[in-house]
Amino acid sequence: MDRDKKTTEDFSLAALRSGDRAEFARLVEAYSGVIYRLGMRMLGDPQDAEDVLQETFIKAFRHLGGFDGRSSLSTWLYRIATNEALMMIRRRKHPSVSIDEPVETESETEEPVQIVDWCCLPETEMMSSEARAYMDKAVDQLSPTLRAVFLLRDIEGLSTEETSQVLDLSEAAVKTRLSRARMRLRELLSGYFGERIARQDLAHEEEA
Amino acid sequence: MEHSNCKHLLGSLSDYIDGELGSALCSEIEQHLEGCENCRIVVDSLRKTVYLYKTTAGPTGMPNDVRTRLFKRLDLSEFLEKNH
Repeated sequence: MDRDKKTTEDFSLAALRSGDRAEFARLVEAYSGVIYRLGMRMLGDPQDAEDVLQETFIKAFRHLGGFDGRSSLSTWLYRIATNEALMMIRRRKHPSVSIDEPVETESETEEPVQIVDWCCLPETEMMSSEARAYMDKAVDQLSPTLRAVFLLRDIEGLSTEETSQVLDLSEAAVKTRLSRARMRLRELLSGYFGERIARQDLAHEEEA
Repeated sequence: MEHSNCKHLLGSLSDYIDGELGSALCSEIEQHLEGCENCRIVVDSLRKTVYLYKTTAGPTGMPNDVRTRLFKRLDLSEFLEKNH
């Protein structure tokens, strides 16, 4: 979530519920960017992200009358958008393919394989466009459910509680999935940056 | 990961870097890290991984034409100019 984003309190729920179009336009203005970003990162395709964006606000407008205010408006919008994105992934794949994590590994954290200390690499190298492209690819490799938890918590900045509301999961399940997603990304990034460290060391040896 | 309790602590490292662990488990991890170089590397690189993603999240990157089509689709075109 953008740090300067509007909060639920900035909107008149009464106006939204009664179908006030100007107020709804303000809501769309405030949240369309983050919903689009979530769609892009969940689906990796601009057209799919745009479809999710449009569907999210069409559904929101239709159902605002029944919005009970138990969660914040932003959590509610993230919930609609995440469901749309997960449904789209399900439609793309064979219907019998599960988009969830295999149950038997649900509680286990995979043991780290890559033990490389790459933290001393210069930030410019870690933030290069090539590195960022690799980081995006790494997120794409997560299963959709792990990806959703990671994006909501670490990219959009939702709390554990908000993420649990968006995904209909217990807070413990959110934490377990976030842990697994982060550990996998750590593994992938360690492989990538570890290679750069090795290259750097080799270059130094050749210089010496 | 040659130490026997490394594996047992792995699942808690994510909560640990978020500062969300109870004090007992937190000190257990810190004590372990003092003597386990590998786990220290895992914790440092895990922390760095999360930091890199958070700092490179960047702007939402929604193109203007996507925004225009959204407002049109929602029958909100009259609010397009006013709000942008």
